[in-house]
Amino acid sequence: MTDAIVAKGLKVHFQTAAGLVRAVDGVDLTVAQGAFHGIVGESGCGKTTLARALIGLQSATVGQVQILGRDRAEWARTDRKGFARAVQFIFQDPLGSMSRRQTVGQTLEEPLQIHGKGDAKARRARVAELLDLVALPTTVLDRLPRSLSGGQRQRVSIARALALSPKVLICDEPLSALDVSVRAQIVNLFARLQAQLGLTIVIVAHDLAIVREVCSAVTVMYLGRVAEEGAAKPLFTDPAHPYSQALLSAVPSPDPRVEATRPRILLAGDPPSPRNPPPGCRFSTRCPVVEPRCRETEPALRAVQHGGAAACHLADASVHAMI
Amino acid sequence: MSAPIYQVEGLVIDLYTPTVSVRAVDGAGFHVAPGETLAIVGESGSGKTVMTLGPLGLLPEGVAVDLRGTARADGKDILSMSPAELSRMRGGFFGVIFQDPMSALNPMLKIGPQLARQAQLYAGLSAQEAKKEAVSLLARSGIPDPEDRYDRYPHELSGGMLQRAMIALALAARPRVLIADEPTTALDATVQAQILALIRQIQKEDGIAVILITHDIGAVSVLADRVAVLYAGQVAEEGSAIDVLTAPLHPYTRGLLASVPDFRSENATGTKEIPGIPPNQAQLEAGCRFADRCELVQPQCRTHRPPLVKVGTGAVPHRVACPVVITAEGIVTHD
Repeated sequence: MTDAIVAKGLKVHFQTAAGLVRAVDGVDLTVAQGAFHGIVGESGCGKTTLARALIGLQSATVGQVQILGRDRAEWARTDRKGFARAVQFIFQDPLGSMSRRQTVGQTLEEPLQIHGKGDAKARRARVAELLDLVALPTTVLDRLPRSLSGGQRQRVSIARALALSPKVLICDEPLSALDVSVRAQIVNLFARLQAQLGLTIVIVAHDLAIVREVCSAVTVMYLGRVAEEGAAKPLFTDPAHPYSQALLSAVPSPDPRVEATRPRILLAGDPPSPRNPPPGCRFSTRCPVVEPRCRETEPALRAVQHGGAAACHLADASVHAMI
Repeated sequence: MSAPIYQVEGLVIDLYTPTVSVRAVDGAGFHVAPGETLAIVGESGSGKTVMTLGPLGLLPEGVAVDLRGTARADGKDILSMSPAELSRMRGGFFGVIFQDPMSALNPMLKIGPQLARQAQLYAGLSAQEAKKEAVSLLARSGIPDPEDRYDRYPHELSGGMLQRAMIALALAARPRVLIADEPTTALDATVQAQILALIRQIQKEDGIAVILITHDIGAVSVLADRVAVLYAGQVAEEGSAIDVLTAPLHPYTRGLLASVPDFRSENATGTKEIPGIPPNQAQLEAGCRFADRCELVQPQCRTHRPPLVKVGTGAVPHRVACPVVITAEGIVTHD
């Protein structure tokens, strides 16, 4: 089976007044078909830029992306509609990604019209099916996005993305704007759709607990590079990169008794600016186990115990001693 | 635990815009003692911010407000204070940390002088003492090279550093009650952990009262001694953090906690969802606010507002507003 997404040597650099921003700076990414793949990291790590570059919303400075075995740039250029049918994107802010003057019904029908799917009756039936898929009542059909709750809006944007039965769905922080209890509803919706429709889903997220809960694979990014990658549960149980360890350690336990006693790794300072990444390992300025060689040579990704890979000179043995 | 330093009871806050009126807070209250951290937990629209900041006169602009109830700070009735007295109270007795540091810091002024001015005005220091105090506050808030940062403008600092500068600003007046309104929501995970650790350390050192307004159960678990869970403007449950987070009673609290995954727990139940959405507070019905989303709902839930009843015999009173759970689980009440 071919992989759903293969990115090689991807770089996205932005020229700004203050200098060159290396948002994504040499990323290889493989997403298996049928995977629920999480991309995590802090602001400025390049996770959103990477997601946008995968689908071509952002053009890459260097590197190439294959989706479903085809060159993405070539595919989108020669068969724009076919590409759109196969690959869809969900934005962080559902309100900003919908027309405020279109009703939910119109929003959902539009992609069907553009792609000439069926007559009016068939399209209406498909819209009803889509609402059912995302568990929205038909009473929302005539409503405008503004009058919906945040969770309902995100359901509408998911339904719209599913209208053309895509194979690959790329989602940029689809949960960030939602309340806790509603977030759980949308997470469960994604998990259900993925199982039901056999979709490949890439989700950019900063809520690690949720990624651990639903994702099959995960990529941890730091300053435009991949710090660690692997199957979600083994990686979260036994992270090899000191950054992944700190990131996981930063997530509080909901049980105050655990929280009162558990050892924590507190990193000093903020992540450095992607305008000016440090030499050597990009995490070396904040790493609690840094060695002289880390400041000189940038570590490559290499296989680690949990079955994935980490970009750390010290992975795994000596790092594990620390924890 | 010592006597409360800030106590609010029977608070009702109605907000009016030209087109709608909303009962944001509906007969809720809370209290906090020196050296204690109270977390007020709720989702957006639950009224947690309005309830905590409303009595201080910090409410959204352009909205007419009708506020009733009692609020006592340091033994004084703050609802009957003149605007000038209340303003003095806000600047000195209460320190507030907001979600967005730029809403507290003046972008046109250097960081240090803003802190020094606050220390001069409210802590009664001389200009020279105030400058020293400002540098030491920056250092205490974990800002490296504080002498240099003293002369920087807000835009020259990173997000985490700005949050620290705002905490320093809130501390400059030597407050007795520190109110933190979603202090970590806008921050990255590793920086969130730093800021929570900082707030905890300050509280330990100064013995001040802290009120944490948040929807983040993790932050509650890190900081809180006591928790009040707010739903649609009413307190659904309150008690010690351990009681409320590990043995919740109210169906809403249970639902809220079940929707938060805990990846450290082997037998984690995952993300359970609460069906539906909170009620529209412009058209509230009688009875329990949570009735429409509750699995245990009974006919009387829709007609009678459930009273907050004391349960259990712990040192910190545990109260819950759900007679159905109390009856169904044979819980002994103490009111």
